[in-house]
Amino acid sequence: MTAYKLVIGLEVHSQLLTQTKLFSGCINRFNPDAPNTQTDPVTIGLPGTLPVMNRKAFHLAVRTAMALNCEIARHTKWDRKQYFYPDLPKGYQISQYDLPFSNNGYLEVESDLTDDLKRVRINRVHLEEDAGKNMHDESGRGGDSLVDLNRAGTPLLEIVSEPDMNSAFEARRYLEELRLLLTYLGVSDCNMQEGSLRCDANVNLHIPQEDGSVIATPIVEVKNMNSIRGVEAAIQYEATRQYKHWQKTGETLGDVDKQTRGWDADKSVTFAQRGKEEASDYRYFPDPDLVPVTVSDEFLAQIRADLLEFPQARKKRFQSEFGLSEYDAGVIVDQGVEFAEYFEQVAKTSGDGKQAANWVTQDVQRELNDRGCTLSEFPIDAETLGTLLQRIVAGDLANKGARDVFAALLENEGERSSPADVDRLIDEKGLKLVTDTGALEGIVDAIIDKNEKVVADVQGGKQQAVGPLIGQVMKELKGADPKTVRQMLIDRILARGN
Amino acid sequence: MSKISLDDVRKVAQLANLTFNEDELVEMQAHLAKTIGYVEILNQVETEGVAPMAHPIDVVDVFRDDVLTPMLSREEALQNAPKTDGQYFVVPAILDAGE
Repeated sequence: MTAYKLVIGLEVHSQLLTQTKLFSGCINRFNPDAPNTQTDPVTIGLPGTLPVMNRKAFHLAVRTAMALNCEIARHTKWDRKQYFYPDLPKGYQISQYDLPFSNNGYLEVESDLTDDLKRVRINRVHLEEDAGKNMHDESGRGGDSLVDLNRAGTPLLEIVSEPDMNSAFEARRYLEELRLLLTYLGVSDCNMQEGSLRCDANVNLHIPQEDGSVIATPIVEVKNMNSIRGVEAAIQYEATRQYKHWQKTGETLGDVDKQTRGWDADKSVTFAQRGKEEASDYRYFPDPDLVPVTVSDEFLAQIRADLLEFPQARKKRFQSEFGLSEYDAGVIVDQGVEFAEYFEQVAKTSGDGKQAANWVTQDVQRELNDRGCTLSEFPIDAETLGTLLQRIVAGDLANKGARDVFAALLENEGERSSPADVDRLIDEKGLKLVTDTGALEGIVDAIIDKNEKVVADVQGGKQQAVGPLIGQVMKELKGADPKTVRQMLIDRILARGN
Repeated sequence: MSKISLDDVRKVAQLANLTFNEDELVEMQAHLAKTIGYVEILNQVETEGVAPMAHPIDVVDVFRDDVLTPMLSREEALQNAPKTDGQYFVVPAILDAGE
């Protein structure tokens, strides 16, 4: 029995992979090195400019919400959220308040508290514009701040979970599952360092009392976590800190205002951030510059038809269709959609899913890591590898021979190898396995005849003396399987002794 | 006539990023009360059974395609900035940036 129950809700912001910003045709691209080069009159909020909704952004948003099992609203609108901050040129952010385009979804994640998947409910997903970026004077002398508006107005999804997670592990798995889903859907690249996936965590504790009641500690919002591991570590830290703080002060939910704390990744601590002077009063009202959006059955059907297979479904299918273990299916799918599709092509071409899984997760993965490249830059395409493995499956090639061919194919720098290269290399290297035992027997006998001393040694009990003969046979008959040759040599030498 | 306290005026002023001295606060209190009183006339309208209106004109689903349109050069973007270093908009130190 632990002393408390950890309660975590996550608010995730994810940037959408569109060409242009949410409300204008200005480019949407991460580019901090050339500040203020990606703006237009709408972005910098010049008077008289009007926003027009990006159709692609809305499609991607609905696609995501659908994948998160959300209800899609048939009527949705955008509102102005007013606050003053230099990264917000208009003095308000266009966001969604009371009629978000979707709500009531869920995401199932692995848990360290139960054996079953944990269903984390999603309160809402809404579509809003991002702000620009401020850079503060780090010297502490209160110098000027710098503002870059390249990011201002780029499309952002806000995904708000219910406080359904009860461990730092569950929170991590939620984020990993969400990141996998968003990248699978082609909705976002989810790069936390570049800020295309950002996460704030609301954390507090429920502490059971002897009389059966439960005390809740004040909710703390933790910010500035720029990796999923960081989120996990910050939550762990925060749980311990809040428990100690409660033991010391007895403060419970409602005694103090909601606190905001930042995560210091270097020191691995959270620290109090000065709260906004005024409790948030954003005076939302419908943005008169934008008209509402309606969602028809046809529109939903179209989005549904465009949806890719989700990661969890693909893992299950890889297990049933290719006979993979749950572990292997997970390893492959978690590498992302490109990797999963590469595997699937190799498995189909070779006709052996397990063989394909072994090669893809070991040989291919190792090469990708060593080269630091992606599959699209990898010299061996899926059909070529599939063809190579098919030769093993057909019994024409030993695993060792296949590795030789694989290594040779990797040498093909510059140009991609093709399936035809596989057979050419097998021939050139004489790796084709000889299954014609008649031919093998003839050569084995001829070699035995020429090596009386070895025959005597082997018959005298020194089986290892046969070694040099294996090489001689292999020289005569390239592609013979050394183990078969060895056994045949011993059998036939011993047979002569009788 | 609505009751608007001086604290209400202070709060609205703060939200609007305005600073008033005490005399101005009192003056604004009267203005604000008058304005709100005027708008309050709307409360007399019977709205039972009327669907909420999100927009005064009866148009929905206005989209544009996700295609690039011309952008501003950095010089153009920064030309109205009160202060710039040639690359960024330069603004007074942001105080609530954490600490």
